[in-house]
Amino acid sequence: MSAVRVLVGTRKGAFILTADGKRDKWEVSGPHFAGWEIYHVKGSPADPNRLYASQTSGWFGQIIQRSDDGGKTWHQPGTPPGEPPAPGRPKAASNKFVYDTSAETGKPLTTHQFYDGTQHPWEFKRVWHLEPSLTDPDTVYAGIEDAAIFRSTDGGENWKELSGLRGHGTGPKWQPGAGGMCLHTIILDPSNPQRMWIAISAAGAFRTDDGGKTWKPINSGLYSKYLPNPTAEIGHCVHHIAMNPSHPGVLFMQKHWDVMRSDDAGENWKEISGNLPTDFGFVIDVHAHEPKTIYVIPIKSDGEHFVPEGKLRVYRSRTGGNEWEALTKGLPQSNCYINVLRDAMAVDSLDQCGIYFGTSGGQVYASADAGDSWAPIVRDLPGVLSVEVQTLL
Amino acid sequence: MIRVILPQHLRTLAHVGSEVTLAVEAPITLRSVLDAIESRYPMLRGTIRDHVTQQRRPFLRFFACEEDLSHEPPDAPLPDAVASGAEPLLIIGAIAGG
Repeated sequence: MSAVRVLVGTRKGAFILTADGKRDKWEVSGPHFAGWEIYHVKGSPADPNRLYASQTSGWFGQIIQRSDDGGKTWHQPGTPPGEPPAPGRPKAASNKFVYDTSAETGKPLTTHQFYDGTQHPWEFKRVWHLEPSLTDPDTVYAGIEDAAIFRSTDGGENWKELSGLRGHGTGPKWQPGAGGMCLHTIILDPSNPQRMWIAISAAGAFRTDDGGKTWKPINSGLYSKYLPNPTAEIGHCVHHIAMNPSHPGVLFMQKHWDVMRSDDAGENWKEISGNLPTDFGFVIDVHAHEPKTIYVIPIKSDGEHFVPEGKLRVYRSRTGGNEWEALTKGLPQSNCYINVLRDAMAVDSLDQCGIYFGTSGGQVYASADAGDSWAPIVRDLPGVLSVEVQTLL
Repeated sequence: MIRVILPQHLRTLAHVGSEVTLAVEAPITLRSVLDAIESRYPMLRGTIRDHVTQQRRPFLRFFACEEDLSHEPPDAPLPDAVASGAEPLLIIGAIAGG
């Protein structure tokens, strides 16, 4: 019997929503880590019982949580609950994210551009995104603020920066978006383990073809009028990138403004905003089985972070962009002023593809028919930061 | 034994009640008490002070005997009442964070 497990990160804890393949009756578990900001929860494609969660707090900093039983129990990697402390140096480096400045593998800690245009030192703040390996449950990547990518190969117990990205040489031109200078998107190529894509607000998109040692910016075709040079190589506020795993290299991007597409692994981008009512937004995702069917949720503007006209509408294109249709059945069409953040949309891979998204108002909506109709799974959670879904067969 | 009162979220992480007691070898200082906390409860490493710099996280404060010790040097002796266990060291989440 197939089932789905929706992993929801909110401003005050994590929630796990489960249903069978019909996706009409849901069980809600949570809050897990009550009171903490949960930026992201994601399961391992190689072992669906292995989940990773990013738990953060302005007071207490970063915590990494791991579950080995599908979210029933959690622990900080390296410190299983109830384990007596061992003599010697304490363990628990699972929340130790230290930029690699070593002579052997590191890069100097340069400065980046701050909000006011001055240079500012790199400082670790939080983990925005956790991307488990496609093949190894113990390997997981972390996208952090201030922007860098880290990797753990021991189930999250220890982390090491892939410093070639931060040390690319363009760091002084990177700048924070409104949410901070975050690395929020990590996409692994199922056809090439050496290839990854990442995106940073506001630096742009980068790709590695050598397993993370070196990176190149891939922002050709992006146009950002808030930059002195709107077509600059660096500085674009990419909000999210999505890819259908069966079509690696075909990428869809929601930028600060503009919805974009690349058919050549990010070498070149072209705009596909077409007839969208506004092309500002955060989320973008791709149908699990129809690689040209994509979804966005337009947001009114960068100054008004809510859906336009008080109507919550998902827009779907079945043509890989440019031609969009509004999906409204089951969604509020009056007096709705919510936002949907960049990691808060996901798709399952059941035969009838399910689409999920969470809102700043605490609703998590699901569609079991590829977007034709929607219903809320829950209505009153804390503001949703992220949504991921696992398809359990 | 040194008594330490932790904020709620750190109690949850460490699986303890509001007050913990720790055997700490003299001298009794902020550094030696925090070292003992992190040794006994390694899951709290990085949550009270930075892993590398050992600086207090800015939204945490250290109080004892109705005094704010947050800005005391880490190797300064804590009050005798804390060292004797008569009074606890309080680790408090700053109002500013909430």
